[in-house]
Amino acid sequence: MSSIAIPHAGDHGHDAHEHHHETFLTKYIFSQDHKMIAKQFLITGIIMAFFAMFLSILFRIQLAWPEKDFPILEVFLGKWAEGGRIRPDFFLSLVTIHGTIMVFFVLTAGLSGTFSNLLIPLQLGARDMASPFMNMLSYWLFFSACVVMISSFFVESGPASAGWTIYPPLSALPQAIPGSGTGMTLWLASMVLFIASQVMGGINYISTVLNMRTKGMSLWRMPLTIWAVFLTAIVGLLSFPVLVSAVVLLIFDRSMGTSFYLSDIIIGGQILPNEGGSPILFQHLFWFLGHPEVYIVLMPALGLTSEVIATNSRKPIFGYHAMVYSLIGITVLSFIVWGHHMFVTGMNPFLGGVFMITTLIIAVPSAVKTFNYLATLWRGNIKFTPAMLFAIGLVSFFISGGLTGIFLGNSALDINLHDTYFVVAHFHLVMGSASICGMLCGVYHWYPKMFGRMMNDKLGYLHFWMTFIGAYLVFFPMHFMGIDGVPRRYYSFTNFPFMQEWLTVNVFVTWAAIIAGLGQVAFLFNFFYSIWFGKKATQNPWKSNTLEWTTPVEHLHGNWPGEIPTVYRWPYDYSKPGHEDDFIPQTVPFSETMSSNLPHDFEGDAVAEQIQREWDKEHGVERELHH
Amino acid sequence: MRYRKYINFRTIFSLVIATMLLLHGSAFAQAGDSTATENDTTVSSSELQAEAESAGTTAADTTGNAVAAATPEGTSATSNAVQAAQEEEKSIDPQVYKNFFYYVLLFFLVCIIVGIVGKIIQVYELTREMQGRAKRVNWNKFHGTLFLISLFVGLYGAYWSYAHHGSLAWHESASEHGERIDSMFITTTVITTIVFVLTHILLFGFSFVYKSTGKRKAYFYPHNNLIEKIWTIVPAIVLTVLVLFGFFTWRSITNVPDDVAKDALQVEITGEQFAWTVRYGGKDNKIGKRSIKLTTPLNGLGIDYNDKSAWDDIMGSDIVLPVGKPVRFTINSKDILHSFYMPDFRVQMNAVPGMATHFQMTPRYTTAEMREKLNNPEFDYVMLCAKICGQGHYNMQKTVRIVSEAEYKEWLATQSYFFSDDVKKEFKASQSANKGEQEEDNKQLALNY
Repeated sequence: MSSIAIPHAGDHGHDAHEHHHETFLTKYIFSQDHKMIAKQFLITGIIMAFFAMFLSILFRIQLAWPEKDFPILEVFLGKWAEGGRIRPDFFLSLVTIHGTIMVFFVLTAGLSGTFSNLLIPLQLGARDMASPFMNMLSYWLFFSACVVMISSFFVESGPASAGWTIYPPLSALPQAIPGSGTGMTLWLASMVLFIASQVMGGINYISTVLNMRTKGMSLWRMPLTIWAVFLTAIVGLLSFPVLVSAVVLLIFDRSMGTSFYLSDIIIGGQILPNEGGSPILFQHLFWFLGHPEVYIVLMPALGLTSEVIATNSRKPIFGYHAMVYSLIGITVLSFIVWGHHMFVTGMNPFLGGVFMITTLIIAVPSAVKTFNYLATLWRGNIKFTPAMLFAIGLVSFFISGGLTGIFLGNSALDINLHDTYFVVAHFHLVMGSASICGMLCGVYHWYPKMFGRMMNDKLGYLHFWMTFIGAYLVFFPMHFMGIDGVPRRYYSFTNFPFMQEWLTVNVFVTWAAIIAGLGQVAFLFNFFYSIWFGKKATQNPWKSNTLEWTTPVEHLHGNWPGEIPTVYRWPYDYSKPGHEDDFIPQTVPFSETMSSNLPHDFEGDAVAEQIQREWDKEHGVERELHH
Repeated sequence: MRYRKYINFRTIFSLVIATMLLLHGSAFAQAGDSTATENDTTVSSSELQAEAESAGTTAADTTGNAVAAATPEGTSATSNAVQAAQEEEKSIDPQVYKNFFYYVLLFFLVCIIVGIVGKIIQVYELTREMQGRAKRVNWNKFHGTLFLISLFVGLYGAYWSYAHHGSLAWHESASEHGERIDSMFITTTVITTIVFVLTHILLFGFSFVYKSTGKRKAYFYPHNNLIEKIWTIVPAIVLTVLVLFGFFTWRSITNVPDDVAKDALQVEITGEQFAWTVRYGGKDNKIGKRSIKLTTPLNGLGIDYNDKSAWDDIMGSDIVLPVGKPVRFTINSKDILHSFYMPDFRVQMNAVPGMATHFQMTPRYTTAEMREKLNNPEFDYVMLCAKICGQGHYNMQKTVRIVSEAEYKEWLATQSYFFSDDVKKEFKASQSANKGEQEEDNKQLALNY
């Protein structure tokens, strides 16, 4: 569309000149360059991911060996693990903060933030985001949100501990659990900062996609990654503000004596004056974001893998239009399914029935996506780069986790499965493992674009297999615990005879988690080592079609040294018959690929068809131009 | 480039040697230490060792303890005294650090092994290349094969888990509506398992079959509208069937007609941190009204005794129910959200402060029958809390007993009334007070406690 994106688009020839007045502060800290901001999001996301993973290992240790002391824990955690045993309220804090960080900071900001920022301008042919300054603000708000969240570990009463869903009244009453004191205040403050960051980011992504595509880049020529992050941004922009309202009302209830969520409560022998509020109201507000949030987490991952699977199968993604329509379907439907989190919370049962219907409908576009992935692999020429391995991993997790969603989306079955380990297994597979696989797939694939160097393949292989097998070993058995009726967020299983049967399984799961967790060190090392010592990347290491691989390896402000390239075709012309290479970049016009053009390429352009017909006659090629 | 590789080699080897030396050193130390204890029988060192051994309560194995314990002792004999002093000072046994350090070291060693293997592969590839032999390691073939293996191993694993964990997890429902849930659960499991197996065969199968060989081009196949329509419509139909099935089951469970609900045995369950109170409707099978404002230490539920139907309400020590008779639970909470969950009966409903929720069910088997069925004489039905509610969340339970009608009546007769003599006195006092003064007093009374 337009290439007059940013003011200094004109002086692209003088990059050296521009770099002169870039200080360390403006280049690495308060950078307004989308590529640097992407890296900032990614590295912050990775650090938060490791932090949250560490928390999960801590509570897994408690679950596996509830009767054992681990004095080393006291060394690090002090009063939270007196005598080497994690305290029940701190256990709940660990669960809460693990969930919050993973869902919001890693899989929302770390995933969307990184790849929207990196790929939207690069794959659409823009010099930067629509509002680079706002983009920078978005990162720094996210960063402060992270700092505030982690700081809650350093307050006297401990971090928030009402679960990542922070249902009031538990989260509203410090008398109910210590974590609902200062820790909860910090949680809420962090979340407000985070949402502000998301909204700023979202506005930026949407306006960039709509306004700043290069010449020839029509919506239907956008790579699926862009479709995914674009729709994700729309979902986020519409749903996150609702969470703000939920959070603000909760802040009022906590500190200003209002009764939005509170009614008829006696705690610690005291009758609270609050009257007329409803905890269910909070759940409605929370899940109005909370459910779309699941797709905010998942859709970018699906977008990234679509691109990676097509590139590494050396095949066009099967059913490009169906892929886009199913993303749009998921986007729309994701707003009307939130009630399935509330089947047994006291919501009117009739509503439960309605939400069950909408919920199961959303499985249809998801199924279409899966089948399209499989069809893309069919008769491909699959190259197993680490990115491709993770992409296949995503498909597997997406299937396994998605199928258990059919149980939970069914309100009748949900009666017995609600708030059990079945739920834990379900969402850890479908949105945890699948999304993290998508994110890692993206990191391995676009690493050369981000850092100009390659990551080590073999460590990547090791990392994949450890993660893939580990995640299944951890989460598969949990389904059965849930079927048996073991509720989630239980500090120990020792008080119920029927749960004691699962103690050995718990030990197994914890060992699997520890080993898979250590496997991530392979990634951490690989990531940071390769930034400085990796093999130098070539311009287009994966032989990919999309625009970002036409930029020089060395980053420069404005992305392309010369004019922004024009786009002539869709991004998936891989292994086109009649062409000697197995890929044709989007920047190659049809006039240069006369031997491989297909009827639908011309989109009904009569002149182009005429030219092609003449060329065919000249070269003795038989071709049907009309379908 | 070559120089850099050389450097890497050297750093890795020097790291290996350093670690070996480190371990070697500790081995020496161990030997030295043991000879020291043999020759010199001072009380302090043997005492320390004994202490160290007995304190090894963490997951470390004995060799780990030995190696870790030996390191500092071997370094200097004089440090023993210092250590002992430190030990007195701190409550944390230094052994803790040693064990931890041992595991860190172990992990470090694994990392080094991984590094060495990586280097070996690299060397292998380079030599192959130098000899001009075909190609490097064929990683595509390697991963394709691994995917095939993981298909078989994974499917077997899933089967094993279904068989083994499934039999642990799956018990027949003990309630009537649970039967319907169970049959739907089985149907859904069968359908999803078929899809799970088929899609994984395709996913991993394709990964194996269509791995790149370098000789072939992929098949350009961008779309096929017919196939796409089929795999949109087929899942849609299957899901529609499941939805309808689920919808009617759900309605039949939750949408109980008023008269049926009235005839059922009325039981009220009230959750609070971290206990449940069970209230039976008594002779009139009617649960008396409550008001939070009436709560006193004696009248924990805030029962309003102006409502005469509350006078015969009975406090249940457990949940005891007659078999085969519909029971309607009214679920309440005094403080925060809880969840009334009885997995054996497929019953779950949240307890919400300020809003009563309901669940109606009919138990099918008595506890004794279920014990026989499960071949487990210890078995008891349980009711537990499934919604996060604080420190005691993991142990907020009540035993549920299903008995015959006669046994139930017998048990109920042994339970006490809520409207006990003390409560009666309090009620009378408050009534007379009410006449003279404002209702405020009630609240004041409660606040005082």
